[in-house]
Amino acid sequence: MLNPHLKLNPKIFNDDVEQTPIRKGFGQGLLLAGEEDKNVVGLCADLTESTQMHLFAEKFPDRFIQMGVAEQNMVTVASGLSAMGKIPFCSSYAMFSPGRNWEQIRTTIAYNDRKVIIVGSHAGISVGPDGGTHQALEDIALMRVLPNMDVISPCDAIEAKKTTIALAKSGKPAYLRLVREKTPIITTEETPFEIGKNEFFWIPDVGLAQVGIIVTGGLMHRALRAAKELEGEGIKTKVMNIASIKPIDVEAVVALAKECKAIVTVEEHQIAGGMGSAVSEVLAEHFPVPIEFVGVRDLFGQSGTPDELIEHYGMGKDSIKEAARKVLKRKV
Amino acid sequence: MFLTEQKIFELERKANDIRMSIIEMLVEAGSGHTAGPLGMADIFTLLYFHVLKHDPKNPTWEERDKLVLSNGHIAPVLYATMAHAGYLPIEELKTLRKFGTRLQGHPHREYLPYIENSSGPLGSGLSQAVGMALADRMDQKDKERFIYCLMSDGELDEGNTWEAIMLAGKHKLRNLIAIVDRNNIQIEGFTEDVMPLEPLQSKWRSFNWHVIEVNGHDFRYLNEVIEEAQAIYEKPTVIIAHTIPGKGVKEFERNYKWHGKPPNKEEAKKALDELRTLGGKIKSEHR
Repeated sequence: MLNPHLKLNPKIFNDDVEQTPIRKGFGQGLLLAGEEDKNVVGLCADLTESTQMHLFAEKFPDRFIQMGVAEQNMVTVASGLSAMGKIPFCSSYAMFSPGRNWEQIRTTIAYNDRKVIIVGSHAGISVGPDGGTHQALEDIALMRVLPNMDVISPCDAIEAKKTTIALAKSGKPAYLRLVREKTPIITTEETPFEIGKNEFFWIPDVGLAQVGIIVTGGLMHRALRAAKELEGEGIKTKVMNIASIKPIDVEAVVALAKECKAIVTVEEHQIAGGMGSAVSEVLAEHFPVPIEFVGVRDLFGQSGTPDELIEHYGMGKDSIKEAARKVLKRKV
Repeated sequence: MFLTEQKIFELERKANDIRMSIIEMLVEAGSGHTAGPLGMADIFTLLYFHVLKHDPKNPTWEERDKLVLSNGHIAPVLYATMAHAGYLPIEELKTLRKFGTRLQGHPHREYLPYIENSSGPLGSGLSQAVGMALADRMDQKDKERFIYCLMSDGELDEGNTWEAIMLAGKHKLRNLIAIVDRNNIQIEGFTEDVMPLEPLQSKWRSFNWHVIEVNGHDFRYLNEVIEEAQAIYEKPTVIIAHTIPGKGVKEFERNYKWHGKPPNKEEAKKALDELRTLGGKIKSEHR
């Protein structure tokens, strides 16, 4: 059942569940963060509206810098702004930032310890028709490997809003990963959120779970539907939302592994180096259990609708269910 | 501020001391860059001992001018100048590039908090300086201090540099002053062979910068053009400073082979002897 303590959206499983792009939550959050702190500034590489930074830019034109199509300059200028006490948010598509400007982020932000928030919108395969060039499937890997860098991937627009407000206050460099497509609203304003802390969105009605499903980003709704159907088949699961891929909530991940002794990870990213890898690093060290990875298996994307692509690359509801059954069989 | 003959003489002596420190650091470290640091010693000396609004006793002074070093590989001249200015003990210079040192092979803020930025990979310093100048503009502080960015000519090969030049021109960043070390060399040869930069003046000018060329070893002239840059109100200024790589040691001068290697003990001894006489000006120390 849905975790009753988290005040999740009661309409999650309705056909008419409200859907909003996760990036919209960022736009609203940045506006609120900007109202709260005059040091918050926005930089964008010619994608202000598609990354939803336009709300901030319209409200605070003097605190918005239009960079042109220059992602390397965007993050290095942000480093300089941060050196002067500003809190810069830099937005572009994830494929270009951090895709194109990784070394600049590494040296002038992470190594230099400058509090800059890199906002990568249009991450994942669900970018759809634009095709493989624009589908960032490597960005979690690129960013989580950097010392000093937090990596957050919210599951819906409301969580994205809360994340944005929290990142403005966090005092650390961070990467915020956003998805373009409309995604069902899962959480509510009342759902607790804290960077570095995971919550269980789905728990068994009674007793212990047999499989732990760990999910990040826009695939949460599919994972919850999979969990519900698995329950119907008599497989009890717990579904953990892991917005904060770094810092990772080691305690919660280990506790889930100890309870279930079988884990499935779900993400719209390459399996290599992504959230599943982060989870497996934790478990290999603390409590090794069988893991099945749902994600893209060493391939580039292609054009198609988001749903077609998510199915084709094995990240749909049925693939999640299949992974759960598979890992259950591997359980010792 | 006007430079008296006496002050110029003092600056020349100071620059010479800094060059000697650079040689001593490099020979002790056994690796590092020689030509660039020696070539930039006069400009660093002028900045730290005459131009910059700064206080070595209070490195985090809020109102200070900012000096962003973009080409971090000339770190020896930064460290030596800072040591002579009182930011760190001169003896510490010998720890350059050694384990546990504050003087990393390329500068790092985490180890040496008195510097404004960590640097090394080329082409991103000017952007950081642009960010600082933009912050000053937002805070209406761009009439109160200057942001200096010291950069190499080699890093003008980097696209990121030109993105920064374009943005600074767009915003007419009046308190931004870039100083390009136009020493004409990079690792693999002369800049005009590796990747031609000329006509460099007109390139910067077409990006809406005020451009000045100067002899990077003439204190009086350098000081005048920095004052001109400070006075230009509607544009950022770039000072293309023609320097001699390896300046001060005949053996090292104008030879790109000295870009990225240190002198050995014997070469260092010869260089120090040459510097001790201040290029022949101090006859009594001739051997």
